[in-house]
Amino acid sequence: MDYFAQQLINGLVLGSIYGLIAIGYTMVYGIVGMINFAHGDIFMIGGFISLITFLILVSFGLTAIPLILLIVLLVSMAITALYGWTVERIAYRPLRHSFRLAPMLSAIGMSFVLTNYSQVAQGARVKPVPPIITGGHTLHEGPEGFVVQLSNVQIIVVITTIVLLALFTWLVSRTRLGRDMRACEQDQTMAALLGVDVDRTISMTFVIGAALAAVAGMMYLLYYGLVDFFMGFVAGIKAFTAAVLGGIGSLPGAMLGGLLIGLIETLWSAYFSVEYKDVAAFSILIVVLIFLPTGLLGRPEVEKV
Amino acid sequence: MSASPAAQTSRAPGAAFIFKKALISALVALVLFSLMIGVRTEAGSDGQLTYWTRFGDLAAMVAAVFGGSIVIELLRQWWGPVDTVRVVPAPVKSALSLAGRLVAPVLLVFAFLVPVLFYDERYILDLGILVLTYVMLGWGLNVVVGLAGLLDLGYVAFYAVGAYSYALLATNFGLSFWVCLPLAGILAAFWGVLLGFPVLRLRGDYLAIVTLAFGEIIRLVIINWQDLTGGPNGVTGIPRPTLFGIPLSAGDDGLAAMLGIEYSPTHRIVFLFYIILALALLTNWVTIRLRRLPIGRAWEALREDEVACRALGINTTTTKLTAFATGAMFGGFAGAFFATRQGFISPESFTFQESALVLAIVVLGGMGSQLGVVLAALAMIGGFELFRGLDQYRMLVFGMAMVLLMIWRPRGLIGHRAPTVFLERKEAISSDLVKEGHG
Repeated sequence: MDYFAQQLINGLVLGSIYGLIAIGYTMVYGIVGMINFAHGDIFMIGGFISLITFLILVSFGLTAIPLILLIVLLVSMAITALYGWTVERIAYRPLRHSFRLAPMLSAIGMSFVLTNYSQVAQGARVKPVPPIITGGHTLHEGPEGFVVQLSNVQIIVVITTIVLLALFTWLVSRTRLGRDMRACEQDQTMAALLGVDVDRTISMTFVIGAALAAVAGMMYLLYYGLVDFFMGFVAGIKAFTAAVLGGIGSLPGAMLGGLLIGLIETLWSAYFSVEYKDVAAFSILIVVLIFLPTGLLGRPEVEKV
Repeated sequence: MSASPAAQTSRAPGAAFIFKKALISALVALVLFSLMIGVRTEAGSDGQLTYWTRFGDLAAMVAAVFGGSIVIELLRQWWGPVDTVRVVPAPVKSALSLAGRLVAPVLLVFAFLVPVLFYDERYILDLGILVLTYVMLGWGLNVVVGLAGLLDLGYVAFYAVGAYSYALLATNFGLSFWVCLPLAGILAAFWGVLLGFPVLRLRGDYLAIVTLAFGEIIRLVIINWQDLTGGPNGVTGIPRPTLFGIPLSAGDDGLAAMLGIEYSPTHRIVFLFYIILALALLTNWVTIRLRRLPIGRAWEALREDEVACRALGINTTTTKLTAFATGAMFGGFAGAFFATRQGFISPESFTFQESALVLAIVVLGGMGSQLGVVLAALAMIGGFELFRGLDQYRMLVFGMAMVLLMIWRPRGLIGHRAPTVFLERKEAISSDLVKEGHG
């Protein structure tokens, strides 16, 4: 039971990270109707920028950890958001009204560009960092001596996710930008007729998605203590799986899907085999799509003739 | 575009505008590259991360973006808007169409002559085999993507199934290449149907992501099922193909000894070249024939409109499954050939990059165009070879090329479709007019 509780905690933390990435996929899919293949790599870039900012701050002699974390978070969000904007501007906007496959291939190409750009710029080796936040709390001590731990990193990851989600929900439901985004999602032509700047709204969608992915990248760095240039691919597919599982286009669905994928992956590794954890996650994607093609919280797609 | 060229030039922005635009690009680049290029991190020998700055590289990159932006803007003004219809003079047009009709036969004759012309150049022969392998894969995937309109991002899975089928059957049971080749195709087709069943109800992008997941599952299983597949170490010592049971080796029972000529390792390469040429042409021939059969027409109808297809009484289930199975079978053949050519296979060869490369060949070729696939494979693999020396920049350039080609020609090189069925007159139409199916 204690073992299960511990895995539950680990799974929820991992799931928060997936959920943050999944929001980027689901938003872009909802508005532009394309799979932003490069989003996983945006997450990886976010991880790298967090790492570099952290290194610079530490070498300048900054020691106050909360201040460091805040600066790293802001810098990483800002620069990664610019990456998201640039990717959209270069690779997707010229293909906005092109046929369906063109933006998808362009996105795959962009994903290769970003992966190999970081490999060339930062080298192929894994970059480890010493644990930045240490310590934790013992929640429960079992009779066999098994201890359920909740580390401070885990608390920070979960709290940051919750705060960001609240902010993001507010943004989508209460602000002008959020209203524009929802309008574009329903009908771009009509939104444009009513004075919504569609291009700008789509750009902002990419910017927000990238900023959330940057947070996920930073959380990944804090939690696992390493980044490498290839981590975007698998994380990206899993986050997309999460978005599909929750119902693509639905924001709460993305978060729910992320948590579920995180839990499934952790529990599978804990009770069955670590080697096949990715196989489990992908199989679930296939099974869900067979029995629940619209995901858990998605709206059924109406077939128009 | 109704605006006349004169109006275009009069509205052309001045130097100040170009300069401003380039300045903004350079600023964006400065922020983008500031940390990723301006600072380099590396783990030291003691595991501690260190960093050093590279402001020179950063400045060079930003300057390159600034200059590049000005050049692109000037080019754009000189070229005019992208979607303007350019009037081509009639003689040029007829010459072009003559050249277009001649390309395929000339390429075919050239392909047959390559081993004769370049007998002494091992490198060119190897490159030719590689290009033909991708042409075959492209033609195989073209059945699924180009004809049936089903977006498959996991095609490499069938390639892997074919390769491992031959490798395992040959090394464990000693079966020959010619026995295993159909077996590999059948096994791959079987997996194609197996994948086809669950995805029957899916459309468009969902299908893409499920096929991608399927490809990854196959690769992960190959890596982890070490007892059977040897895991990351792969399978070694895969036997070479024989000519009616006669090995192409240096021994006394080899082909060279039987014919009384001196043995040369090039014989085997030439033999492999003709095998893959024959396999590729078989793929092409079968595809062209299938397009004229009811099933091929059903595929094309499915690509254009699935709902109408169903309304007309076409069984979409069998149509989709046969498309998957046919495409997968050719992938399996190509995989078996790959295994016998390399003599060694490992999961490294079957990553998502391969799927993306084959898909890029199909889309760049113009979705459904057989000739386009050949041209795209030549361009892609040839381009890849040009960058062989710059190993770490290769994928970077490949990715950029993919983005730029999509922006330049979203419909691929051969951007028009000749109808398979026509009433009175065969008239090619621009593929912009063809609705893309969501099957």
